[in-house]
Amino acid sequence: MNLPVIIKFVIDLLAVLLLALGIKGLSKVKSARDANRLAAFAMSLSVVGLLSYYLGTSGIAIQSWIWIIIGSIIGSFFGAILAKKVPMTSMPETVALFNGCGGMSSLLVALGVAIFPISSGQENFDFFKSLINEVSISVSIFVGAITFTGSIVAMAKLQGWLSTPGWTQSKVRHFVNIVFAVASLIAFFDLINGNTSSIWLLVIVSSLLGIGVTLPIGGADMPVVISLLNSYSGIAAAAAGFVVDSQLLIVAGAMVGAAGLILTQVMCKGMNRSLVSVLFGGSLSAQSTASSGSGEYTNITSCSVEECALTLEAANKVIIVPGYGLAVAQAQHTLREVTKKLEQNGIEVVYAIHPVAGRMPGHMNVLLAEADVPYEQLKEMDVVNPDFPATDVVLVLGANDVVNPQAKNDSSSPLYGMPVLDVQEARTVFVIKRGMSAGYSGIKNDLFDLPNTSMVFGDAKKVLNDLIGELKDLGVGEK
Amino acid sequence: MSFISLLWVLLLGSLLGLELIGKVPPTLHTPLMSGANAISGITMLAALTLIVKAEGNVPLLIIGSVSLGFALFNVVGGFFVTDRMLAMFSRKPSNKK
Repeated sequence: MNLPVIIKFVIDLLAVLLLALGIKGLSKVKSARDANRLAAFAMSLSVVGLLSYYLGTSGIAIQSWIWIIIGSIIGSFFGAILAKKVPMTSMPETVALFNGCGGMSSLLVALGVAIFPISSGQENFDFFKSLINEVSISVSIFVGAITFTGSIVAMAKLQGWLSTPGWTQSKVRHFVNIVFAVASLIAFFDLINGNTSSIWLLVIVSSLLGIGVTLPIGGADMPVVISLLNSYSGIAAAAAGFVVDSQLLIVAGAMVGAAGLILTQVMCKGMNRSLVSVLFGGSLSAQSTASSGSGEYTNITSCSVEECALTLEAANKVIIVPGYGLAVAQAQHTLREVTKKLEQNGIEVVYAIHPVAGRMPGHMNVLLAEADVPYEQLKEMDVVNPDFPATDVVLVLGANDVVNPQAKNDSSSPLYGMPVLDVQEARTVFVIKRGMSAGYSGIKNDLFDLPNTSMVFGDAKKVLNDLIGELKDLGVGEK
Repeated sequence: MSFISLLWVLLLGSLLGLELIGKVPPTLHTPLMSGANAISGITMLAALTLIVKAEGNVPLLIIGSVSLGFALFNVVGGFFVTDRMLAMFSRKPSNKK
């Protein structure tokens, strides 16, 4: 072994170690930020390792440097701009977009190697080796293309650029997707048989498959899909690792792939859906309209902001249940103002965070942290559920399905079995909501009919602003 | 590297990933997803390899460069956005007695 090989070996080993420590550190609130930087450092280290290896062995041509610099500057520039500019509420879409581009990168590498085979040094033809090469190229293209088109569709749907076309809810879509899948299999075998041009067929049909699989999935399930696609981009990277013979790529890709799968599983559990039903079941609202969920509300109590303020003033313990509606209204800062006032009056305020509040697990925590809510006040579902009976007031802000008692009481409900927050146990529940529309699941919420629930109709931000005014008039938090 | 040992690398890497991520509080799932996503941009190494080995083949250089751009978009954007999210967690709780 000569020096460059040893150096690269050591750097690669170090990079893998740091990446693993980075992912590990990301699992604790205290170390997460440093861990993210550590992972970023490990990534740059791996680039240094690779470049120094080639500098020490074959050398890097000026022309290569130019193209490296062009690609790096453009990619990094747009990545950094987007990361700085994007609002926190659009996090799921942003992750989807980044993810799709990672998949695209793996696809392009495999495509490049397939069209222009790289001279690997030893030119002796080895059937087994070339077979492995073709298989890894195909996998990289297949998974990379699905990741790319799937992520782009997911992003477009979350942004509201794309709706769910009607035909995708019928059984036709399974047939169409099976056709795409079979076609990619044919292209794959054709490619292994030495027909290089079928690579284009593979690119096209796997791209279409990515679209066909993602398009029928409803908005509420999109985070699960993004998480799954995140896992795919890891697999695509690992496949690209086989293409260019890099252990580092394989390890890092495999780690991300495994991580994405775990996260996907966690999300499915939180939403009480199986991965199979998310992927093949179509959108939930389409199935549930006929079932028990739809029905008329019979016992709605609506109340004014003033009444709400009076009840809050008299409370000792208040639990806030934030949902995606709060984030959409950008009302997290206003909410923080309200809770500050209550706290100044000696009222105990806690935020109950459902595992899938917002659009992704942990999304709501990010949004509330943005509004300066102390981390200790955010309580997870299992911790906060026993507290509801001893709670005076619950404020539900833009959350719906996660506070639906049907999930516990009604075995015919599509939500049945989903873990929910037991807000109905509290003395008084205020639901701040624009109107009587259903949540993402499209299911009626029995909570609204309960005698201890009052609806405060209006935009979350406006209602909260009014609430601040009312609280001020009552002299809450003036001290 | 022989194919078999690369398969071992794949297997052990997957197991490592499963173990590392098994115990994460839901709070951190979004940042973790975004951080892991940034790491999946490691495919930039493959793009670099492609460019270095292109030996003056211009179409290949371009493909490699575009691929590198996409990967770095993922990596740089992913790490920045994760940092932005995590910065909010580490911020000092204000106005607390």
